[in-house]
Amino acid sequence: MTDQAKDELQEILNSIQSELSNFQKERSELIPILQMIQEKFQYLPPEALSLVASHVDIPPADVYGVATFYNQFRFHPPGKHPVKVCLGTACHVKGGDIILENFERKLEISEGETTADKEFSIERVACVGCCALAPVALLGETVHGNMAPSKVEGLILRIEVEKEKARREKEKQNQNA
Amino acid sequence: MRDTVPSEQFKTILAGAKSQYAHVMQKPEPKIYVGLATCGIASGALETKQAFEEALAERQLEAQVLTVGCGGHCYAEPVVIIDHPDSGFPPIFYPNVSPGKAKMLTKLFLEEGDPRFEHLLGATVENELIPSVMTFSRFNLEERVITALCGQVDPEQIVDYIALGGYRSLDKALQSRPDEIVSEIRDSGLRGRGGAGFPTGAKWEIVHRANNRPKYLICNADEGDPGAYMDRTIIESNPHQVVEGMAICAYATGIEKAIVYVRAEYPLAVRTMQKAIQEAKQQNLLGEDILGTGFSFSIEVFQGSGAFVCGEESALVQSIQGKRGMPRHRPPFPVEKGLWGQPTIINNVKTLASVPPIIDKGAAWFKNIGTAESPGTAVFSVVGDVVHPGLVEIPMGATLQTLIFDICGGIPNQKKFKAAQIGGPSGGCLSKDFLDTPIDFDSLADAGAMMGSGGLVVMSEDSCVVDVSRYFLDFTQKESCGKCTFCRIGTNHLLKMLERMTKGVGQLEDLQILKRLSQDIQLGSLCGLGKTAPNPVLTSLQYFENEYQAHVVEKRCPGMTCRELTAFYIDLEKCARGCDACVGSCPTDAIFTTSTRKKGIDQQLCVKCGECVVACPPEYDAVERVSPVSKVPIIEKPKSKL
Repeated sequence: MTDQAKDELQEILNSIQSELSNFQKERSELIPILQMIQEKFQYLPPEALSLVASHVDIPPADVYGVATFYNQFRFHPPGKHPVKVCLGTACHVKGGDIILENFERKLEISEGETTADKEFSIERVACVGCCALAPVALLGETVHGNMAPSKVEGLILRIEVEKEKARREKEKQNQNA
Repeated sequence: MRDTVPSEQFKTILAGAKSQYAHVMQKPEPKIYVGLATCGIASGALETKQAFEEALAERQLEAQVLTVGCGGHCYAEPVVIIDHPDSGFPPIFYPNVSPGKAKMLTKLFLEEGDPRFEHLLGATVENELIPSVMTFSRFNLEERVITALCGQVDPEQIVDYIALGGYRSLDKALQSRPDEIVSEIRDSGLRGRGGAGFPTGAKWEIVHRANNRPKYLICNADEGDPGAYMDRTIIESNPHQVVEGMAICAYATGIEKAIVYVRAEYPLAVRTMQKAIQEAKQQNLLGEDILGTGFSFSIEVFQGSGAFVCGEESALVQSIQGKRGMPRHRPPFPVEKGLWGQPTIINNVKTLASVPPIIDKGAAWFKNIGTAESPGTAVFSVVGDVVHPGLVEIPMGATLQTLIFDICGGIPNQKKFKAAQIGGPSGGCLSKDFLDTPIDFDSLADAGAMMGSGGLVVMSEDSCVVDVSRYFLDFTQKESCGKCTFCRIGTNHLLKMLERMTKGVGQLEDLQILKRLSQDIQLGSLCGLGKTAPNPVLTSLQYFENEYQAHVVEKRCPGMTCRELTAFYIDLEKCARGCDACVGSCPTDAIFTTSTRKKGIDQQLCVKCGECVVACPPEYDAVERVSPVSKVPIIEKPKSKL
């Protein structure tokens, strides 16, 4: 772990510690606490779980057991542009798995992973609730309906183009300055 | 139940709500209602709403843009209803209103008074100018009790609900004796809408009699079925009907505290419910000394973290107590020992939303809807291969034929109907022989399916029954909590066998084992998840055995869906020389040019995504799909010139 990453983690842990004082030290608060951490940091750092365990006064294994039981909790930070592919029933019937596969192929990672540059991550979700638009994928918060394999490339390309644009713009500004 | 007159307190609240509501409604300027539940937002309703606001400002027009929930017409999202009294037209229902369409309607209809007949679906009321949507079977075959006000009220405005008759039943209930309410619910024959169909009155009666205090009420909105979203829609569109139902239940059974268990994956539903509880408190319809009757009752929201098994009562209770959501042996049932070991009623969202109309109109009225054994209505989310997918509320006892063909418009593209998977992962797969089966708790159970969550997936001849069974097994296998061996390991074995079949390496004896193991899992599991997980397999084996046989013996997928058993090739007779349409569409560069400048597919590279079928211009229509793979003609790939 680099020093910078260590500092970042320490900062996260400190902020969790201060938030914990808002919660009672009861077992029934466990899931709301985990939800709070995930909402703030998008994932549950392993170190945070032990903090929670000592707050609620139960073994860390119990906290881990609860956190891994529920689908909501994530243990790795997601990418900057999280891709969520809906694999609800309607999307499955209309070929949602083909869409997932195309994202995996294009980004060269599997479902549940994050790209090395932390730009993209892929997740499967069960029903986003717009079955009439199936198959559906979410890129960030935006829902893309009636997905097709050829659209996958376009979506990712758009983000890459924007990134490149921002980079050039910045370079230009630097030159001007 | 005897009739009552509104109490003084309620009269004041009603008068206040009515005047606020009328203040909005009676203004002469046009009103634009935009459906803003999750489904609408996903289809771009926020952009549509913004486009209306911008266009109105730009043209300096006076109009109100109002938010409503979802009316269940998913195929038409974003849905907009425009009420423009000055134009002389009735309120008009517009489907699929994109931001561009919103700007166009603002100019042509709101400004110039032309409703653009080519874009509207119909008027929302009977009139002489425009056919009403009520003449369409998608509207008039429905019977709305639970979702009656969904799409008509602003979910964040309690006054809308009160002005349209809401909380009247609570006021009536509070003037009656608790046991009168319990008997009314029992007499209505209301059965739990969560899927199992347990009589609600019986549940309430046990808790009503229990002396052990405190007692709890849990509203189960942990909708985990992938493809069912009615509970979410009800909460997002009309949360107060659920809140009112909860308050009536609490008064009837002596409960002071309730929890709404909503999935955290439904952020809008969580927010809407929290807002609704807060508003009801402000109106003294929740909280201390409700309507001056001395009855106190509070509701909290608990966010479920996404585990299908938590839909099961005892697992749900564990989850609220901060544990892994694992079911326990019953009895004792939660009505005796539930949350924190106290008597607890756990009712589904739809069950509780059915309560206010029953108290308002009486048990006899409710019994008149639906069938004798399953009175009332059922809400289905119909998805898959249908023309008009969405949420549909029908009286119990309507047939699948009515639901799929008359209401939802049948199968698109003139395809044939193959199967209906009803009840999600716990339900069954029914063939066309069951189209005339009435939909109610008992008829579905007799057919081997169940009402379940109310998800209905329609499959055309292009879908594969084996693959859909595999899909549901994949889901239940992942969601099994792991407590019972048969469920934990058995479902995994079932899944492996089904996977082998969809890959063309299944064996004939697997069919026997599938059946035997399915029955063992049903017997050897504690909770509903394990007991019903094999249902999709058992029903599809029973009604579609030929499809299983085709997969195993011929290595053929009749629906041409299983990718390992299907192949694509290009018919050289039809392929147009020099056309390159398919080449760019292929994500794996599997399409090559033959020596005659036509196209061929490299079977080694092809991932069978079907993009080339879409890309091939319809006048050629040259891409063919075959199963089994051995039927593909060999097309020589010219040696690379490099």
